[in-house]
Amino acid sequence: MDGLMVPMEHVLVIAGLLFICGLFGLMLRRNIIFMLMSLEVMLNSAALAFIAAGAHWGQADGQIIFMLILTVAAAEVAVGLGLVLQIQRRFKTLDMDQAHRLRG
Amino acid sequence: MNTIALIPLFPLLSATLLIMSAGRMPRHIAATIGAGSVGLSAICVALLARDFLADGQVLELTLWTWMSVGDFAPRIAFYIDGLSIVMMSVITGVGFLIHLYSIEFMWEDESICRYFTYMNLFVAAMLLLVMADNLLLLYLGWEGVGVCSYLLVGFWYKDSANGAAARKAFIVTRIGDTAMALGLFLLLTELGTLDIQPMMIAANSQWQTGDALPVLATALLLGGAVGKSAQLPLHTWLPDAMAGPTPVSALIHAATMVTAGVYLIARTYGLFLLAPPTMEAVAWIGLATLLIAGFTALAQNDIKRILAYSTISQIGYMFLALGVGAFASGIFHLMTHAFFKALLFLAAGAVIHCLHHEHNIFRMGGLRTRLPIVFLSFFIGSAALAALPFTSGFYSKDAILLSAWALEDIGPWLWAGGLLGALLTSIYSFRLVFIVFFGEAKTEPDRQPGWKMAGPLLLLCLLSLVGGWFALPLAGVFPAAAEHTVNHAVEWISIGTPLLGLLLAYLMFLGGQLSVDKMVASSGARALRDFWFSGWRIDQLYDVLWVTPYKKISYWMRNEPVDAIYNGIVAANQWAHHRLLVLQNGELRWYATTMVVGLILLLAVMLRNAP
Repeated sequence: MDGLMVPMEHVLVIAGLLFICGLFGLMLRRNIIFMLMSLEVMLNSAALAFIAAGAHWGQADGQIIFMLILTVAAAEVAVGLGLVLQIQRRFKTLDMDQAHRLRG
Repeated sequence: MNTIALIPLFPLLSATLLIMSAGRMPRHIAATIGAGSVGLSAICVALLARDFLADGQVLELTLWTWMSVGDFAPRIAFYIDGLSIVMMSVITGVGFLIHLYSIEFMWEDESICRYFTYMNLFVAAMLLLVMADNLLLLYLGWEGVGVCSYLLVGFWYKDSANGAAARKAFIVTRIGDTAMALGLFLLLTELGTLDIQPMMIAANSQWQTGDALPVLATALLLGGAVGKSAQLPLHTWLPDAMAGPTPVSALIHAATMVTAGVYLIARTYGLFLLAPPTMEAVAWIGLATLLIAGFTALAQNDIKRILAYSTISQIGYMFLALGVGAFASGIFHLMTHAFFKALLFLAAGAVIHCLHHEHNIFRMGGLRTRLPIVFLSFFIGSAALAALPFTSGFYSKDAILLSAWALEDIGPWLWAGGLLGALLTSIYSFRLVFIVFFGEAKTEPDRQPGWKMAGPLLLLCLLSLVGGWFALPLAGVFPAAAEHTVNHAVEWISIGTPLLGLLLAYLMFLGGQLSVDKMVASSGARALRDFWFSGWRIDQLYDVLWVTPYKKISYWMRNEPVDAIYNGIVAANQWAHHRLLVLQNGELRWYATTMVVGLILLLAVMLRNAP
């Protein structure tokens, strides 16, 4: 394991950047599809951080959590896409600023 | 089934039947049931009285236990002694005559069925009151007659003034009833029972004469009696209660209900004997009432109001009798008063009936020849009311005055006051007779009373004349009165006073030797007459003292000042709610952003607090 070692700090910085990208995407994008993709990016950034931590301490837990996050992300996408379909049918748009009914 | 239980049951059943018909019963059936049930009760009472007079046996009948709470288990039970028998005879006997009279009087009224419902309910409640073995059952009857009085005073409820009179009657008596209820609570906690006979025995063994407790308890009972019997200071409802049909006034507001207070005091005499201050108060209340009401009656011009004030005044005599310890005389006057006052009211009702509902005596006149039977009745009734010799009122009033005279200390004062009252009674009674039945006719009667009216009138005439010769079976009920030597001068004065009153009334209202117009010529005299006419301004006084402040407080409380605090809390919450509602706008990106901001703030706080 001594070969090519990437320092954990670098990985964490990448993960952090990815997370912030996702966060801003979530806040700024209006299309629900892009918002979902931003969520995925955020999930994956967290998963990356787990992998890095697992590698650093030589523990398998990081990878197990990664599997868990993968599963959750898959489920989330499945549900999310279902919702997206319904939204498209009801509101005839995917723009979330158009599709609010709770105002006031 | 015992006949005793049947007595109140007949009118109660009849009232139930009439209620269930919802006013759709044909009027001749309603009238037959209504009057017939009271007639049946009267027959039962007559049978009972015959047995009682034969063997003098006090009857007790327990029907069932009313309720049972711990040690407190009042029963529905009757206690029939001489006093109850007298009261029951008056209620059913006079009551039946008045019911019979009512059939003709109320025949053209569309709600005759409702009328007989209330009347029968009243008779049942009144019988319960006088037959009750314990004070709680008595109180049930007491409130029952109060409700029926309210319903019957407001019988013609479409006129709002009648409704107001009914409410006044109910509320003013309620003041007394509250005092009475407090008295019952006190007696129950102190003596442990409300059964009248055991209670009086317990009181005699526990309390000394003149102790504070019996004085307080009897004062509270007296409050109830004063309210029901229209004595000072709670008498103001009775003149207004004349808004009801005239037979109602005869039955409830002359013969029976208003004498319930007298009955209550006589029934619980054992307690009152332990409280000499209350007894004295009873006497003074009676005297003050009889004088004030007597003066007021002199100035009235509504035929029914004159009779109402004279009723108040006569009940004052009964209270006077009770106060000086002459219980039997009080009950005797109660009975004769029931005869002659019912007679007077029924005769007045006949006058009103035959004169297109005319009430003002100055628009009547000359009816002596036009309504001879009514004149005869009214004359006999007035003679008995004024206590002319050998009428029934003479014997009973004379007995009261002599008992008052015999009392130590205050006796002569009470006697003198009572004598002045007798003079007033005689003047206003014959003023009524002379103005209504003599002189020139001002309104022509449009009909003659039929047999259903004339029959009861003539029977009551007979009773008013011979009622004074009945020996009441009260010997075993009250302690024997001490024999007092009778001063003959006092007796002659008692006899002469009503005759003097008759003479004065003749000179003033028929002969014309003493002109009333000249008497009230001066402004002072006219002011005095107006003062009497208004009933000594007592109504106005109560208006200022109680009614107006109460209305003001009610008006103020209408906005519910206490609730303002809670309403304020609600308003603040609603305001905050509307401000916060802006945040919940359904904008997904807005939610995400606020979450991020919140998260950052949370992190900042955590990092700052981190060690």
